[in-house]
Amino acid sequence: MSSPGRLRRAGRGALIPLITVVLAFIAGGLVVLFTGHDPFRTYGAIFDGTGLNYLFPWVGGNTRTIAGFDLQQTLLNAAPLILTGLSVAFAFRVGLFNIGSQGQYTVGAVMAVWIGSIFPNMEPVLHIVLAIAAAAVMGAVWAAVAGWLRAVVGTHEVISTIMLNWIAIWVANYLFQAGGPLQSRSQAGNPVSNTIVSNAHLPVIWGNPLLQGLDAGIFISLAAAVAFWALMNRSTLGYEIRAVGHSPDAARAAGISIARSYVTTMAICGVFAGLAAAVDVLGWEFQLSTGDIATSQVGFLGIAVALLGRNTAIGTVFAALLFGALETGTSVRALNSNVFNPELASQLTLIIEGLVVLLVSTDLIAVRLLGLPAKLGWGRPEQTTEGQPPGAADEAAPDPTEALRPEPSL
Amino acid sequence: MTVTATPSTVRSPAIPIQRIGLGATVLAGIAWILTLPPIMVRTAVPSIVLGIVAAALGTAVLRDPKHRRLGGLAVGLGLIAIPLALAMANQSAANVREVFTWSAVIASGLTFTTPLIFGALGGIISERSGVVNIGLEGMMLMGCYFGIFGADVCHSWLLGIVIGAAAGGLLGLVHAYFSLHLRANQVVSGTAINLLAVGLTGYFFIAQYGDNGTPGTLPQVPNVSVPLLNHIAFVGPAIGAGTNVLTWVGLLLVPVVWWFLFRTRAGLRLRAIGEQPLAASTVGLKVIATRYVAVTVSGMLAAVGGVYLSDGFDGSFNFDMTDGRGFIALAAVIFGKWNPVGALGATILFGFSSALAYRLQTFSQTLGTLFQALPYVLTLIAVAGLIGRSRAPAAAGIPYVKE
Repeated sequence: MSSPGRLRRAGRGALIPLITVVLAFIAGGLVVLFTGHDPFRTYGAIFDGTGLNYLFPWVGGNTRTIAGFDLQQTLLNAAPLILTGLSVAFAFRVGLFNIGSQGQYTVGAVMAVWIGSIFPNMEPVLHIVLAIAAAAVMGAVWAAVAGWLRAVVGTHEVISTIMLNWIAIWVANYLFQAGGPLQSRSQAGNPVSNTIVSNAHLPVIWGNPLLQGLDAGIFISLAAAVAFWALMNRSTLGYEIRAVGHSPDAARAAGISIARSYVTTMAICGVFAGLAAAVDVLGWEFQLSTGDIATSQVGFLGIAVALLGRNTAIGTVFAALLFGALETGTSVRALNSNVFNPELASQLTLIIEGLVVLLVSTDLIAVRLLGLPAKLGWGRPEQTTEGQPPGAADEAAPDPTEALRPEPSL
Repeated sequence: MTVTATPSTVRSPAIPIQRIGLGATVLAGIAWILTLPPIMVRTAVPSIVLGIVAAALGTAVLRDPKHRRLGGLAVGLGLIAIPLALAMANQSAANVREVFTWSAVIASGLTFTTPLIFGALGGIISERSGVVNIGLEGMMLMGCYFGIFGADVCHSWLLGIVIGAAAGGLLGLVHAYFSLHLRANQVVSGTAINLLAVGLTGYFFIAQYGDNGTPGTLPQVPNVSVPLLNHIAFVGPAIGAGTNVLTWVGLLLVPVVWWFLFRTRAGLRLRAIGEQPLAASTVGLKVIATRYVAVTVSGMLAAVGGVYLSDGFDGSFNFDMTDGRGFIALAAVIFGKWNPVGALGATILFGFSSALAYRLQTFSQTLGTLFQALPYVLTLIAVAGLIGRSRAPAAAGIPYVKE
C-alpha cells in the first residue's frame, strides 16, 4: 500500500467518528434547547469545565490554575476509560463482543483494594506492582470464563458476560457490605473496604496529591494502548486474532485454534479491564464502597469508547479523552452552575454517550452521508483487507454483524 | 459368573431413569423444606443427607442424555439445600419464622416477579421475531419515569401506564429503526438504548422535579383483591390484602402471549420470521414490518413493567431505578427458552429468590446480598448447557436484507 492510500484511510477513519460526535452533540444540544436552556452557552461552560482551555496559551492567572485542576481531572477520568475501551476493542478484533468489561473491572477493583490494604509494610514499588498484577489476573480469569464458555460450550459471550457482570457486582457488594468478609474493620457499619496503605498509592505526577492530582496511572493506560497496538499488529497472536476475527472458518482451515484464540483474547480483555480498576482505586479514593460498585459505569462506557475509537488503540485513546473530558466538564466540581445545572449536565453526558453508541452501531454516517461502501469494524479490522485479493474484501464487507453470526445462540 | 451377569446388564434398569430423576428431585425438595416453617427441623443433618443423596442420584441421571435436565435440576436443588439448611439451623427459630412467613414471602415474591414478567414477555416477542433486545433495561426505565410523569400530569394512573408504555414503545421504535432500517449491530444498538434511557430519564427527572423528587401524592396503580381467591389456603392471606392490578395483568398476559405465539396464525408468522426470514418473505410475509411491530410492542411491555416499579410499587422515581431488572428479564427469556410459560417459571424463580434475599436481610444482610446473584448464576449455568441447551430463534441478531 502506498502511503497516500494509508493516509486517506486514516483520514476517513477519523472523519466518521468526528461526524458521529458532532451529530451526538447537536442532538444533545436540542435536548438542552427543548428544556429551555441555551445550548451554546451550555457547551461553552462544559468546555471550560473540561480544563482543555489550559492548553490555550492566552489563558492565564486564576483561570489557568483552575483549568489545570480540571485538566488533571479529565486525564484521571480518561485513564481507566482508555483501558476499558481497549478491553472491549480487543475482543471486537477477534469477533467477540465483550459486554463484560464492567464485571472484569469490578473483580479487578476488589483484588486491587484487597491486596493494596492487607500488607502494611511492603516495599512501595513491589506493593503497587503486586496489587496491579492481582487486579489484572483476576480480571483475566473472570473474562476467560466467558471465552472458555464460548470456545468449548458455544455459549454466546454477550449473555455470559452480562451474567458475569451482575454476579461480580453482587459478590463485591457482599464482600464490602456491613458484616461482609472484606468490609473495613475500622469503620464498622460503613459498607466500605479497608483503606489502601500509602505504600501502594500510585505516585502523583502533576498537581497536589491531596487535591486529587494526576497520578501515574495515565502512563499505565498509554503503555497498555501501545501494547495493544504491538500485540495486534506485530505479534503472531495478534495475527491469529485478526485472522479469526476476519473469518473463523478460514482461520480454522489455516490451522489456528479458534477455541484457544477466544480464551486468550478474552483473558487479555480481562487484563485491560483489571488494569483499569487498579489504576482507578490505587490512584485515588484508595477504598471501595458498595455505592462505588453500584454506580460505576467505567466498563459500560468502555463499549462506547471502543466503538467510537473504531477498535484501534489510538482511536480508543482519543475517544476516552473525549468522554473523560465530557465527564469532567459536566461534573459538579468543574461546571459553572450559574450557566447550567451540573446534575442536569451529567445526565446530558449520558445522553450524548448513548447517542454516540447508537450512531456508531450502524453504517449510517459512512453510507448515508459520505457515500462510502458499508464497512465497519465489528471484528473486521480494516487492515485485514490488505493482502487480500481485491474483490474479496468488498464482497465480505457489507455485513457488519459477522461477529454475532456464528452458531451460538444469543 | 458371566452367565449370571449377562441378563442384568442386558435388561433395562429395574427402575426407569426418569423415575429415579423425579425421586431425586422430590428428595431434594424435602431437603429444602425440612428446615423451613412449618416443619422446622432444628438440625441440618437430615437435609444434608437428603441433599447429598439427591445430588448423587441426580448425577447418575445426568449420564443419560435424555434426562439431563431432570438430573441437573436434582443436583442443583440438592446442593443448594445443604447451605440453606445449615444457615437455617444456625439461626434462631424466631428469625427463621420471620423470614419465611409464607404469606409475606408470596406477596413480596409477586412484587418482585411482576416487572420481570412484563420485561420477559417483551423480550420473547422481540427475539421470537428475530431482533435481539438487550435494551429491555432501558425501555423499562423509560416506563418508570414516564409512567410517574404521566400519572402526575394527567392525574390518572391509567394514563400513566399509557404514557409510560408509549415512551418505552418509542425507544423500541428507535431500536427497531436502527436494527432493521439501518441494519445496525443489534447488541450495540441495545447497549446504546440502555445508556440513552439512563440519561434521558435522569435529565427529564431533574428538569421536571429537581431535588424534591416526584410528588408524594400521585394517583398510583391500585391494588385489587379478588373475592374468591382470598379464601384459598396458603396463597389467600398473601393476596387477600390486595395485589396490584398490573400483577394480575402480567400473569394473565402470559397465557395470552403463549396462545398468540403458538396457537394463532399471526404468532406462527412471527416465529417463522424469527427463524427463517428469507423463507417467510418468499411466501409473502412482511419481515421488516412485523419486526417493527414486535420490537415496539416489546418496548411497550417492558415499559409497563417499569410503570409497575415506579407508579405501582414505589410510588416514586429514582435514577436508574430498574437496577438490572431488565437484564434479569432477559435472563428469564433465555432461562425459559423463549417460551412465555417457561419464562413465567423463570421470573417466579428469580422474583421469589429476590424476595427471599430481601427478607433474609432482617437477620443476615450478607446472605441476602449473595442471594441477589442467584438469578444470574442460574442463567449462566443454564446457558452453559448444564440444564439442557437453550436455543435462540435462528435469525435473532441477524439483520434482514431483502433479496
